[in-house]
Amino acid sequence: MIKIEINGQIVEAHEGDMLIDVADEAKIPIPRFCYHKKLSIAANCRMCLVEVEGAPKALPACATPVTDGMKVHTRSPKARAAQKAVMEFLLINHPLDCPICDQGGECELQDVAFEYGNDVGKYSEAKRVVPDHDVGPLIATDMTRCIHCTRCVRFGQEISGLMELGAVGRSEWMEITTYVGKSITSEISGNIIDLCPVGALTSKPFRFKARAWEMVAHPSIAAHDSLGSHIEVHTYQDKVMRVVPRDNEAINETWLSDRDRFAYEGINSQDRLTVPLAKSKGQWDEQEWEDALNQTVELLKPHLNNPDTVGVLVSPNATVEELYLLRKLLHAHGVKDIETRLRQIDFRLDEAAGKPVAPGLVNTLPEIEAMESVLLVGSNLRYEIPLLNLRVRKAQLEGARVRVLNVADYPFTFDLEDKVIADPQALVDTLKVLVRAAAELKGTEIPAGAEDAVVSEQHQAWAKDLVESGKATIMVGAMAQQSPLYADFVLWSARLADLTGATINVVPQSANEVGAYQVGAVPANGGNIDSMLASDKKAWIVVGIDPELDTVYGARLKQALDQADTVISLTAYDSEYLRSVSDIMLPIAVHTETAGTFVNATGDWQSFKIASAAPGDAKPLWKILRVLGNLLDMDGFDYVHADEVLEEAKAQTQSLGSVQGDLAIPARTCDKPVVLGEWSLYSVDPIVRRSEPLQKAAGAARPVVRSAIEADEIVLNTPAGPITLPNEYDESVAPGVVLVPMGLSETADVTLTDVSVAAS
Amino acid sequence: MASIPLNECCYRLNHLDKSWDIETYMANGGYEVWKKVLAGELTPQEIIDEVKASNIRGRGGAGFPTGLKWSFMNRYAPGPKYILCNSDEGEPGTFKDRDILRYNPHQLVEGMMIAGYVIGANTGYNYIRGEFWEPYKRFDQAVQQAYEAGLLGKNILGSGWDFDLYTHLGAGAYICGEETALIESIEGKKGQPRFKPPFPASFGLYGRPTTINNTETLASIPMILAKGGKWFADLGVPGAGGTKIFSVSGHVEKPGNYEIRMGTPFKDLLALAGGVWKGRKLKAVIPGGSSTAVLPAEKALEMNMDYDSIAKAGSFLGAGSVIIMDETTDMVKALDRLTWFYYEESCGQCTPCREGTGWMHRVVHRIYTGKGRPEDIDMLKDVSGKIMGRVICGLGDAAAIPVASFLEHFEHEFRHYIEHGCSIYDRA
Repeated sequence: MIKIEINGQIVEAHEGDMLIDVADEAKIPIPRFCYHKKLSIAANCRMCLVEVEGAPKALPACATPVTDGMKVHTRSPKARAAQKAVMEFLLINHPLDCPICDQGGECELQDVAFEYGNDVGKYSEAKRVVPDHDVGPLIATDMTRCIHCTRCVRFGQEISGLMELGAVGRSEWMEITTYVGKSITSEISGNIIDLCPVGALTSKPFRFKARAWEMVAHPSIAAHDSLGSHIEVHTYQDKVMRVVPRDNEAINETWLSDRDRFAYEGINSQDRLTVPLAKSKGQWDEQEWEDALNQTVELLKPHLNNPDTVGVLVSPNATVEELYLLRKLLHAHGVKDIETRLRQIDFRLDEAAGKPVAPGLVNTLPEIEAMESVLLVGSNLRYEIPLLNLRVRKAQLEGARVRVLNVADYPFTFDLEDKVIADPQALVDTLKVLVRAAAELKGTEIPAGAEDAVVSEQHQAWAKDLVESGKATIMVGAMAQQSPLYADFVLWSARLADLTGATINVVPQSANEVGAYQVGAVPANGGNIDSMLASDKKAWIVVGIDPELDTVYGARLKQALDQADTVISLTAYDSEYLRSVSDIMLPIAVHTETAGTFVNATGDWQSFKIASAAPGDAKPLWKILRVLGNLLDMDGFDYVHADEVLEEAKAQTQSLGSVQGDLAIPARTCDKPVVLGEWSLYSVDPIVRRSEPLQKAAGAARPVVRSAIEADEIVLNTPAGPITLPNEYDESVAPGVVLVPMGLSETADVTLTDVSVAAS
Repeated sequence: MASIPLNECCYRLNHLDKSWDIETYMANGGYEVWKKVLAGELTPQEIIDEVKASNIRGRGGAGFPTGLKWSFMNRYAPGPKYILCNSDEGEPGTFKDRDILRYNPHQLVEGMMIAGYVIGANTGYNYIRGEFWEPYKRFDQAVQQAYEAGLLGKNILGSGWDFDLYTHLGAGAYICGEETALIESIEGKKGQPRFKPPFPASFGLYGRPTTINNTETLASIPMILAKGGKWFADLGVPGAGGTKIFSVSGHVEKPGNYEIRMGTPFKDLLALAGGVWKGRKLKAVIPGGSSTAVLPAEKALEMNMDYDSIAKAGSFLGAGSVIIMDETTDMVKALDRLTWFYYEESCGQCTPCREGTGWMHRVVHRIYTGKGRPEDIDMLKDVSGKIMGRVICGLGDAAAIPVASFLEHFEHEFRHYIEHGCSIYDRA
């Protein structure tokens, strides 16, 4: 440690730290625009000029390393003169249109100008005007306001890995713009809204909706992937106006994915169910809650006598409290078939372990960032968990080797060391070869099943790197999890991890997927959604999903719901489909409208409070379940506060199997061509699918099949008959693989347990 | 006027037929030094010592001692290193390097080879101004001839030393003459200066140790080594050795390049250029290129053409670009043109320069077009003062210095414009 003096105050610092960081640490304010702790140093705005004794000129604090005994003045006449001069220059061409600017009230330029600006400008010439370009549905541009700090440009270059913005032109005509005519497509593009210190880049969906000072900021947890990013929900008159990130180095750092940022538009969607509805004689009637709940109990009661005939399908985005109460309510009546794994078709792992085997990250995100070798197995990580992808990108930029086993050559935002693009069976076979290569390297016995594997130099290099890297991990992603060979992917990955000393991370996808396992929202009786659909259920309870879109069981599930005597829907949204199959529809609150808890991918229990009001009569699900418990005359349903439910849930977590290589599973093969489901960035859950800006963005699903088959159309057999979809010839897809976009009405009948290519 | 020795170094072959051809160059001692270096007869340290003894200072404008610059590089550090030549000659009034490229390119090639050898660089780039198409072709032809003669490439003349030389044509931006902007430009990026430190000697082209020298500096090296550092030093004055090429332009009878010895009186240089044209009197001189301070005639006529003497007169030798203005020159119009240049050429990266150059130009232009206001003079002084010393590179200062110096010496002309809406020479 060294000592420096800032404004007469002695401050300790590490030699070579930048002055601005040292001052920030000591809470000594230095104005700045281009500096950002997560971005490289540009030193172009010149706002942070300070006086350093012995230096002839004022120096930029952001780019001046501290040395022992350095004496700094941030408010001396020389420093102030420099700061005021820069402020004056920044303002001469700035439009000063604060009254009509969305950044007003939370504008760094406004704040700094308040202290360092002059009352009256001396500049009386014409101001610069910069034409705007439409850069897509998420970000509004007013480039006349730009002060050229280049934070947005550096974000693309350094953080997102897509350099979609750049500076063109010189002098006063220098402009920040996209590449000719292009829009911004990054899955984390919204962060440039936060980074922009002025109103040049603002949120398009939020535009002109509310002023910063009119809103209430509620700390909360993001609900659209398994990281549980820390967010602030900003509400105006109890309605969600926007979502922004909260700093949390362990999870989202200072970033947020576009999905978590803009999904809220789906919360305010016009098709929210606002009142309980009951069907009588084919007619839907609005109900008072009391009547609706009584009817629900009446509908349910007869089936509870025969609990095996009741099936419950729940969103893995439901809270711990909601899932726990569902389990408590239904287990007490013998109903065990509560399922949140709506997109899994291979359950051999659970069968082998004798209990549910949960996915999860065994490494923290900072640990993943520090990996030296990463093997991605069946994962389009960038579109699955955008901010986890950032961590892997950071590792790669620091020199880590990233290799992938994938069914398609997905465009990653970092360089791959090597890749194998093949159908699932071939990928599993590759894992076996890697296991054999690793066993040979370690001189241990070759595990059964890998005896026939033929090791090439390529495989040896992969295995060697995993063995020799001090920090190595194997990450199993969504494609593997949703494939017919999930168990094989996990087991062979686990065996490879055991042999090489790498960690194994099976990446959870949904906000509370891990929590659902822990509180028992997966069947405890060895069952699963597949076996549930195979049995003859008389009653279904459907919670928080669009059943025709949120599973991979398509027509099979639709037929099961059609054939059941009773379907009870607890839903945030009204839909024609739900009306067509349900007997009663109860309006529930979404995550911003309830207190709750998500367990994230790394196993952190993260609670949040109510941020916004549920529309109309919609109620938090945990409160509905509480009353249903009372109506069913059950004990232990007298909670006053959600915290009480949480305490109980924590104390009663379910015993789970772990990911182990020594499990034995029955062999399964996978015929070609194999049809696999693909969830686009913005088709993953009911809220996201209803966010209009996201549906207009680059990551939205298109009703097009992708394959390396040369055909204009592909016909898929489903239990409801053949459907024809346009085919996009795509050489990046492995031969023998057909990728079908899921979560779309066009593919709602596709049933991944019962699908084949009929013709192309 | 006593006879003034001319063209003793970089232009020594310019009078010859096909002076740019390798045969001409070799017939006049060309590449002899390079062969000695490769044969091990001159060690890198001996070369640096000789260059230091020559007292040569960087000819690109900043005047940094070349030998000292070379000594910053660790020749034996592992990994690639680069030697770059800055032929992006863009300063208004400067055209000396163009004639080296056109008429004596091989001496520059040899200088780059030697410099690369000294600093341990196996690769060199000559970055040539975008508008210099003919000089570009001449230099590139010289490089090809050197390759054909086995003087460039792998294992040159069996020495075990490799050196590849590339010619890079710029795209017409003044700022790319700034050494770190030049580096960015070679890397394929937008040409804008980097914040320093780190300096190129530690983090240069592609993040590797790099030395950048001006064309004239590098072209002088073979002569320094052939004739000795002392010979070169003795041509000049204490503290600044050698000859210097002065590009004389403006209101003279014979504008052109004159390679003369450092310390030659300005009066003699003016006489060489045929004196002020049309028999008029001298009014002012910009001695070192448009970014150096303008001097009124009486100060200019007392100075000698070397760093110290010009500094004493209140300006800077810069790149040796002497702009002569006769007694009819409208200084407001001249400054209007100069401020336009810097406004146009600011890279736009940092705030004071991006915003301030346009501001200064608009105010000067307003004065020139008869719409000046009394407060404009103070505002110009204020704005130019606010830019100086607060920017990443030298361009901001380069833009501010003309404004400050024109107002220092010729404020009355600006006042006349503001009061009468016209030049002091207009008898409206």
